[in-house]
Amino acid sequence: MAAHLKKRVYEEFTKVVQQHEDLSTKKLRLTKPSKSAALHVDLCKATSPADALQYLLQFARKPVEVESVEGVVRILLEHYYKENDASVRLKIASLLGLLSKTAGFSPDCIMDDAINTLQNEKSHQVLAQLLDTLLVIGTKLPENPSVRMRLVEVACKHLTDSSHGVRNKCLQLIGCLGPVEKGVAKESESQAAKDVQKIIGDHFNDQDPRVRTAAIKAMLQLHERGLKLQQAIYSQACKLLADDYEQVRSAAVQLIWVLSQLYPESIVPIPSSNEEIRLVDDAFGKICHMVSDGSWVVRVQAAKLLGSMQQVSSHFLEQTLDKKLMSDLRRKRTAHERAKELYSSGEFSSGRKWGDDAPKEEIDTGAVNLIESGACGAFVHGLEDEMYEVRIAAVEALCMLAQSSPSFAEKCLDFLVDMFNDEIEEVRLQSIHTMRKISNNITLREDQLDTVLAVLEDSSRDIREALHELLCCTNVSTKEGIHLALVELLKNLTKYPTDRESIWKCLKFLGSRHPTLVLPLVPELLSTHPFFDTPEPDMDDPAYIAVLVLIFNAAKSCPTMPALFSDHTFRHYAYLRDSLSHLVPPLRLPGRKLVSSAVSPSITPHEDPSQQFLHQSLERVYNFQHLDPQGTQELLEFTIRDLQRLGELQSELAGMADFTATYLQCQLLLIKALQEKLWNVAAPLYLKQNALASAAAKQILEETYKMEFMYSGVESRQVVIIHHMRLQAKALQLIVTARTTRGVEPLFGMCEKFLQEVDSFQRCFISELPHMQGSFVDKLLDLMPRLVTSKPSEVVKILQTTLRQSIFLHLPLPEQLHRATANIIEPTGESDNPLRFTSGLVVALDVDATLEHVQDPQGTVKVQVLYPDGQAQLIHPKPADFRNPGPGRHRLITQVYLSHTAWTEPCQIEVRLLLAYNSNRSKASTRIPKSTWSESLEALPPSENGIEGTIPFSKPVKVYIMPKPARR
Amino acid sequence: MPEIKVTPLGAGQDVGRSCILVSIAGKNVMLDCGMHMGYNDDRRFPDFSYITQNGRLTDFLDCVIISHFHLDHCGALPYFSEMVGYDGPIYMTHPTKAICPILLEDYRKITVDKKGETNFFTSQMIKDCMKKVVAVHLHQTVQVDEELEIKAYYAGHVLGAAMFQIKVGCESVVYTGDYNMTPDRHLGAAWIDKCRPDLLISESTYATTIRDSKRCRERDFLKKVHETVERGGKVLIPVFALGRAQELCILLETFWERMNLKAPIYFSTGLTEKANHYYKLFITWTNQKIRKTFVQRNMFEFKHIKAFDRAFADNPGPMVVFATPGMLHAGQSLQIFRKWAGNEKNMVIMPGYCVQGTVGHKILSGQRKLEMEGRQILEVKMQVEYMSFSAHADAKGIMQLIRQAEPRNVLLVHGEAKKMEFLKQKIEQEFHVSCFMPANGETTTILTNPCIPVDISLGLLKRETAIGPVPDAKKPKLMHGTLLMKDNSFQLVSPEQALKELGLAEHQLRFTCRVHIQDPRKEHETVLRVYNHLKGILKDYSVQHLPDGSITVESILIQATAHSEDQGTKVLLVSWTYQDEELGSYLTSLLKKGLPQST
Repeated sequence: MAAHLKKRVYEEFTKVVQQHEDLSTKKLRLTKPSKSAALHVDLCKATSPADALQYLLQFARKPVEVESVEGVVRILLEHYYKENDASVRLKIASLLGLLSKTAGFSPDCIMDDAINTLQNEKSHQVLAQLLDTLLVIGTKLPENPSVRMRLVEVACKHLTDSSHGVRNKCLQLIGCLGPVEKGVAKESESQAAKDVQKIIGDHFNDQDPRVRTAAIKAMLQLHERGLKLQQAIYSQACKLLADDYEQVRSAAVQLIWVLSQLYPESIVPIPSSNEEIRLVDDAFGKICHMVSDGSWVVRVQAAKLLGSMQQVSSHFLEQTLDKKLMSDLRRKRTAHERAKELYSSGEFSSGRKWGDDAPKEEIDTGAVNLIESGACGAFVHGLEDEMYEVRIAAVEALCMLAQSSPSFAEKCLDFLVDMFNDEIEEVRLQSIHTMRKISNNITLREDQLDTVLAVLEDSSRDIREALHELLCCTNVSTKEGIHLALVELLKNLTKYPTDRESIWKCLKFLGSRHPTLVLPLVPELLSTHPFFDTPEPDMDDPAYIAVLVLIFNAAKSCPTMPALFSDHTFRHYAYLRDSLSHLVPPLRLPGRKLVSSAVSPSITPHEDPSQQFLHQSLERVYNFQHLDPQGTQELLEFTIRDLQRLGELQSELAGMADFTATYLQCQLLLIKALQEKLWNVAAPLYLKQNALASAAAKQILEETYKMEFMYSGVESRQVVIIHHMRLQAKALQLIVTARTTRGVEPLFGMCEKFLQEVDSFQRCFISELPHMQGSFVDKLLDLMPRLVTSKPSEVVKILQTTLRQSIFLHLPLPEQLHRATANIIEPTGESDNPLRFTSGLVVALDVDATLEHVQDPQGTVKVQVLYPDGQAQLIHPKPADFRNPGPGRHRLITQVYLSHTAWTEPCQIEVRLLLAYNSNRSKASTRIPKSTWSESLEALPPSENGIEGTIPFSKPVKVYIMPKPARR
Repeated sequence: MPEIKVTPLGAGQDVGRSCILVSIAGKNVMLDCGMHMGYNDDRRFPDFSYITQNGRLTDFLDCVIISHFHLDHCGALPYFSEMVGYDGPIYMTHPTKAICPILLEDYRKITVDKKGETNFFTSQMIKDCMKKVVAVHLHQTVQVDEELEIKAYYAGHVLGAAMFQIKVGCESVVYTGDYNMTPDRHLGAAWIDKCRPDLLISESTYATTIRDSKRCRERDFLKKVHETVERGGKVLIPVFALGRAQELCILLETFWERMNLKAPIYFSTGLTEKANHYYKLFITWTNQKIRKTFVQRNMFEFKHIKAFDRAFADNPGPMVVFATPGMLHAGQSLQIFRKWAGNEKNMVIMPGYCVQGTVGHKILSGQRKLEMEGRQILEVKMQVEYMSFSAHADAKGIMQLIRQAEPRNVLLVHGEAKKMEFLKQKIEQEFHVSCFMPANGETTTILTNPCIPVDISLGLLKRETAIGPVPDAKKPKLMHGTLLMKDNSFQLVSPEQALKELGLAEHQLRFTCRVHIQDPRKEHETVLRVYNHLKGILKDYSVQHLPDGSITVESILIQATAHSEDQGTKVLLVSWTYQDEELGSYLTSLLKKGLPQST
């Protein structure tokens, strides 16, 4: 041990020596006019503290280079010792902290000085600031336990300071830097060997609430850094829950939560009785209690944390929804219980009598516990809270708990349904979403469904759509329920016709989920009669379509249903199957051929053959090397056509088919371009033809960007191939330019750039290279030494030959591949009435679009407006305009402002959605292994990885507008 | 012992005529000045002769505080100030001050003009009375005089309702008035900080009730109205002008807005209209939602709710009408009821309690055939619904408030004796504080233990806290100083300063003590042993061995001499000044135990 100590002492000693060396080298640097010198002069000039402060403030505005940081620090420290004015010292101290944050600067050389300054300091504020600086220094040196130890010791020394600010900072420092591993603490000899937790714990009872808060926060910080907190703190933390100050209580709630997660199963005694319970249950009860705290900040905190306490026993959990009602000392049933009873007794009207809720049994006065000790009614209170922040937090917590406990989900249903009528829309929306999330755990009772459906008339579109989503995945228990839902949805449809799509979709799921419940309703819904023919309904009526969607989807898994259809229903089926194929499933109808392809859904799962087909055709394509060029082209063309058709037919495979078709298209273009005759003839003669080759190169580039950024689920294997294809296109471009331009000068630059790209390709995808035997890049890399040294004309020649010889790479398909699609719902583009507005002013155009499989739509999706004069306008929608109704789906509801000078007559503008990409954010760069990352980051020239662009990914919609000249 | 005396003149074990006298540290305060709705004789007002038989009340009362504008809390005010005679300050919040005269005027009109009573206060008296009112803001500390200060807290219940903290020196009382712990559609929940008053005077209307969630009731209400309107029926909601009417208006207004409904909603003109005006003004007193959205739109500027005209009652099609009074005993609501009662599509919703004998009570108890004046029989075919919307705290709410304020004593008023008994028992059992429930005229005395503030100079405080181990947060700490009592104020000064002020010379006081120790060794060896022993034990103190053979522990001197007769016995002389008494006596007791056996 002693030897070790000695070693440590020496270590420190040597460090000091090194510093002196540093000092001397620094002096050399000082000779050149640097910032530090300027500062020194300024500070010496300063006559009054106010002056000096001004200089320092000015100084702080400019950044300091890494090399001169240390010099500046020395000068500041020098001045620090001379300075009498506390405010100047304070500023210097804060500057020290700022300076040590400079990237690339290692602050261990100034640590000793910083610690020294602490010793003679009298001003509390300066002390606090210095400690803050030390904290910055300490956090900059994470791998240096001895430094940290020292800093912690210093902090412990100042813990007895009379100022709260200093104690605050000390605790913060201990929390951030205190030793996390037990072993380190034992090893070091000094007083810091004392348990850090104990030191912090002692300040839980500090007289200043700010220090108490800081102590708890420091404890939490320790926990975050990986220290296992002792269970003994629990009782201390419990006492803090009754603190007078809200910050303390709020932090204490967090601490209790942390402890409950650490020691869920340990046993704690219940005060005032002999019983014992699990710690997590006890903590749950305590946090529940805080849901009725006086301060709403604490209430929000408590409500939020409740959601993540999943280990709590169900007995306690269910208490949170329990509130015993009484009236005049007699037990009363809650409205929920009454509703349930009414439902189970088969009666279905709420009693319309006064005294319907009259209390029944007498309550034993002794047994009533008005201040519940445990979790009683915590959520009942939380959901009724005055502040909507608390209510939202409570709803979220309910959601999380219900997801993990089906029985709790069943119980909390009533309360969630109640929240559908909250006064704040956000809360309503949140509770609907919550309900959707837990919907697989529950079945709605009829009376609950009734309340849920009442919200369908809400004027807010978000609410209605959220509700449709909810209905998509709810279980309904009775056929009356289905009927009720249908009736309400149809009512909704007549009131808000724009909801059409969403309602149809909702009914599709309702139908396919409850075929047996729909079956008895069919005659009524189709209004068929056993003896009489009923008039044929109007096929264009959205309400009728809605009914049919419900029935057809139910019929899919209920073969007896088609027997109930009348003739026109079959006709309508055929029509709908064609026009709304995404809503109407293929049915096996008696006496009729299946409308969809020859694949019969009942015999085999229907994706299989088409998937097989996909793979087979690809297989065929990959073997084309053996074919003659003509045959290859034809084969590719056919396969592309096949794939495109397949994508249209099978929506599940659309992404996959499109993706491969695009890839094959690229290859086809490449082959075509290489087979041009121009290659055999002297360049200048064929200026016309090369238009095709360069156009092909350009198109391939575009397509590769589409492939990389428009599909979700693309893996690194595919990214390599895409990049490879892009490289080929670039090579093609280079060759074409070389052929058509005279002189070598411009070629130099291009060649260099190309070689750089090859280089970066190699670095990014080094791990994938072995899979690319015989490919273009493989060959290119072999030739790399020659390429680098040769002249541009030679490079071009080599490229041309390699491009021709290189083989076609297989494109492995990922598991899931989806193409990003967008569909503009509004504006519809059908209106003949121009949107009139005064020129020079703006008009707001509502845009409503659904986006599918777009990752990070907030950052990438843009709206483009094209005016007839060719002017294009790009609009970035606000992040808040995007909603996320389901996984992989987004919805953009935004307003686009249009303006233009006056026109003589109305004209159409085009609105479309664009997907912006930036090769910086390329999926490739995020996927390269960590080790190569840092290298490549430094090596890559910044200009190269900044290609930005946009891909249009929705059909353009035309809007008729008419800017009128302003009247004077 | 100082004490707080509380005497309810009204609302003691009773609802109505709230009026409570509190005397605290020599100050007399009257809380509320209400009338009783149940009486029409002298009993309707509190008996002010209890305060003084003759002479003006101003001499006996320091101030009057009105918690909110309901008549059972302010109805007797003009009578009290103008007819009995009181000129001191009357405190109430701004909304209360604005709305109170309207209600008083209405009350006067009904009593004088309709019932023809004489000897009642006049309009002029109401005006004069209101001139004496001082309006206060929430959380504003108002100095009534040098010692008495009051502070208002938000109470929910109705617009402008407040709880008041009355504080003299360190003693304080909190009076809740009526309050509501659950927020409703237009008001927030009552809130108080942890002010730890000596006494909390709380209302206890719903002492034995725990209420169901408000949401179910609201939903039921809305559903019923919605269904009826969709059927094309008419809905009549009899209400009283203020409070609940606004809540229901907001409820329906937002629902109409949300659901895009078109059926008209009317409310009867007059009082309600005037009151709505004030609700629009006092937005800060409403709940979170209304406060937040008022920049876009003031919720009380109703879009769907229009003023009612008598002729509208015969209009075809659905409509909703709020009409006064609330119990269907007279006026517009009864007229409309008679028109609509015959149609089963229509509905009447009673949002509150109905007194026996009124039409409201009859229909609620299920009577379908009513006998009207003139021997007419009115058959009631319309649906009758009951919906209770009450803005008082229930038992849990009361407990919650007590938990928030942490009072040392609780006193219950404004409730029925039997129910109070239950709550009292619960409070005592769960908070371990004493609880009182005096009847009218009965005086409750509460002993207090107020702290007495003493001034101390910062220098002395710092010096004293610096001595000894680390200052411990909440533990009492021993301090040395001289307590000076100068004309009603206390001061703790350093002994030097006290001597100077009194012009006295300082005397040193030293304690010496001899301790005999059996030790055969030489003197200096003994001293060394003692020194080592003490150093081992008193780690936190500076123990020094002086060259002249004595030991000092801080400023305590220890010398050892051999006993004159017995050389084996050493005499330790321990000497200390009286300031070090604590340490000195500890040292002697330590030494008396003897030295540890040397090894």
